[in-house]
Amino acid sequence: MTETLFEKIWNSHVVVERENEPSLIYIDRHLVHEVTSPQAFDGLRLNNRKVRRPDLTIATIDHNVPTTDRSLPMIDETSSTQIKTLEQNCKDFGIKLFGINDPNQGIVHVIGPQLGITLPGSTIVCGDSHTSTQGAFGAFAFGIGTSEVEHTLATQTLWLEKPKTFEILANGQRKNSFAVTSKDIILSIIKKIGTDGGTGHVLEYRGNAISDLSMEQRMTICNMSIEAGSRAGLIAPDSKTFDYINNREYTPENYDNLVDTWKENLMSDPNSKFDKSFTINVEKIEPQVSWGTNPAMVSDVTGTIPTPEDYGKNNEIQVESAKKALAYMNLEPETPIVEIPIDRVFIGSCTNARLEDLKDAAEIVKGKKVNSNVNAMVVPGSQMVKHEAEKLGLDKIFKDANFEWRESGCSMCLGMNPDILKPGERCASTSNRNFEGRQGSGGRTHLVSPVMAAASAISGHFVDVREWC
Amino acid sequence: MEPFSKVTSKITPFDKANVDTDQIIPKQFLKLITKSGFGKFLFYDWRFDQNGNPKNDFVLNNPVYQNSQILVTNENFGCGSSREHAVWALKDFGFRVIIAPSFADIFFSNCFKNGVLPIILDVTQVEKLLKVQDSVELDLNSQKITFGNESITFEIDSHRKTRLLEGLDDIDLTLKENKNIENFENNSNIIPIF
Repeated sequence: MTETLFEKIWNSHVVVERENEPSLIYIDRHLVHEVTSPQAFDGLRLNNRKVRRPDLTIATIDHNVPTTDRSLPMIDETSSTQIKTLEQNCKDFGIKLFGINDPNQGIVHVIGPQLGITLPGSTIVCGDSHTSTQGAFGAFAFGIGTSEVEHTLATQTLWLEKPKTFEILANGQRKNSFAVTSKDIILSIIKKIGTDGGTGHVLEYRGNAISDLSMEQRMTICNMSIEAGSRAGLIAPDSKTFDYINNREYTPENYDNLVDTWKENLMSDPNSKFDKSFTINVEKIEPQVSWGTNPAMVSDVTGTIPTPEDYGKNNEIQVESAKKALAYMNLEPETPIVEIPIDRVFIGSCTNARLEDLKDAAEIVKGKKVNSNVNAMVVPGSQMVKHEAEKLGLDKIFKDANFEWRESGCSMCLGMNPDILKPGERCASTSNRNFEGRQGSGGRTHLVSPVMAAASAISGHFVDVREWC
Repeated sequence: MEPFSKVTSKITPFDKANVDTDQIIPKQFLKLITKSGFGKFLFYDWRFDQNGNPKNDFVLNNPVYQNSQILVTNENFGCGSSREHAVWALKDFGFRVIIAPSFADIFFSNCFKNGVLPIILDVTQVEKLLKVQDSVELDLNSQKITFGNESITFEIDSHRKTRLLEGLDDIDLTLKENKNIENFENNSNIIPIF
C-alpha cells in the first residue's frame, strides 16, 4: 500500500493504537517558551511529576523579550516575572535553556533549525501555532496548548486524532524570483483555499516551485500553514535540507548514516493518495499585500481593494466580514493597493526574519533612505541571525537608511513586548497575522514579503517591488 | 477536572465568523502564570472602550446573558494561535459549552483539556439556536440540546465524551501506558539533542 510522507512519519511514531480512539504518538522534540509553559510546569509540580525526557527538550525566551538594549532593566514587570519563572522551571526540571543573554537565543522556530535540533522524519511540538515552520525539514511539527505542553513534559507523548492529508502542488517558474517570494506563494495559496481550507488536514507542499526554494524560503511557506487552518504543513527533505542541518551545533553525530536512511524513506510514495488536493501555477503570482483582518484577505500589488460583495461573492457571512475588515482597516473599496500610505514597517517574526530575508531586504534598501513619514525596524529572528547579518554589514545598510536595528525576538509580530502599533497606525509587516489588534490595539497590519516591506519603507506606500529589481 | 454532565442555561448569541484567539484574549493579557483570572479580559477590545468602560452594544455586556454558560457562534471559531488562555478566559467567564458550525483544530482540542464542550452543528441548526431566547437544557450523556418542544442531537467522539463525563486527567491515563511508552523508546531510533 502506498503512503504519504505524513503517514510514514505518523506510523513510525505510534505508541498505542486502538480502534475508534485517538492514537498515542511519541514526540521527538519539545520546544518550550515563556508564555505557554508556566501553567504546565505548575501542573507537574502539583502532581509531583518529572520531565520524562529532558534530553529531547529545549527552552528559549522569545515572545516577551525587549528588543532594545538588554543590559538595561526590563520595564514590564509581568513579562519579567514570566521570564524569571521559565528560568526557575528549567533549573528545577533540568531543561536546557537558551536564555535572554545566550548567543543561541531567538524565536523558537528560528533556532530549532539553526542549531540542528529540527530533524527530518521527526515529530516536533511547541506551545506555539507557528511550530508548523519546522515542517519544511520533512518533520511533523505542530503547535499545542498548555495542557499538551504539560502532557508532553510528563509523558513525551500526545493523544492525537490522525489528521487527513492535503496535497498542495505548486508548479511553474516565478517571473521575477527576487521580487516574487515564497511569502507571495503562500499568501496566494491561503487567498484561494481560505483560512479554514486546511482544517483537520496536514498539508504537503510539492512540485518544482517548492523544490526550487531554499530552506529558509520553504520555512516561510510551512510557517503559514496554520493560517490556512492546518496544524502542520511539510515538505519532503532533499539535498538542500540535509546540507542545511549539517555542521550545526547540535547536528547528530552519525549524521551521514541518518541522511542515508532519510533519503530512502522520507517522501510520499509515487501515486500515494491524498484526501484533498490543490494546484497552483506560480508563474502568474504577483507580489501580494493583505488588505483585511485575516490572512485570506489578500490582493495582488497591482490590484485594488475589493468591494465586500466582490470579495464575499454570494456568501453573506464573508461579505459582512469584509465590510467589518474594511471599516477596521479604514480602507475604501477600489483604492489601488499602491496608493495606500503606511506609517510603520516591521521586518521580523518566525515567518520572515532569517538571514536570507534580511539580505534581500537590505539589497532593496542599500543607499536609500526610509521615507520621512515612516518609522521602520528590523528585528532579526535570532541572535545568530543578527550576528551573521552584522558580519555581512547588513546592520550598517539598514541603520544608514534610518531603519532601527534591534535584538532578536517575536517583537511586533504579536506585540507582547513594548514593540506595538499605536491605534490607527498602518504597518507593512513581514509577519503572519493581520488580525484586529494583533500588533497593538487599533493597529492596522498589512502582510507582505521582506522585499515589499523594504521598498514600501523607502516609498512611504506600497509599490510594485518588481520595478525595483 | 470537574466532571461534565448537564448544563441548563440561556444561550449567548454571538453571530460572528472567524473569531480568532487574539480577539478572545488579546496578547497583553497572556502574561499571568496561573490558569484563572483570564475571564475579565475575555474579548477585551470588543467589550471595553479605550478608557476601559464596558460597551453597551456588545452582547456579553447585556445583563440578560449574565449567567449564560452556552456560547453559540459561527464558522471557524478559535482560529489563530495555540494559546490555551483563550479557553481559560471563556471558562473563567462562565462558558462551559461552545456551539459553532466549525472550529479551529488546536482550539477544539484545547477545549476538551479544560472541561469545555465544543459542539459542531450544521449552519441551519446554529442559526436556529442563535434565536432561542429561553433557557435550553444540554445533556452530554444523551447528546441532546432541548428547548421548548424541540431538541437537537449532537455528535461527540466517544473517547472524549467519557473523559468529560468522568473528569479524567489525561496524564494519569497516559501514565498507565508506561510499558508501551518504554517499549517504544527501546525499539525506536530516538535521537537525543545532547
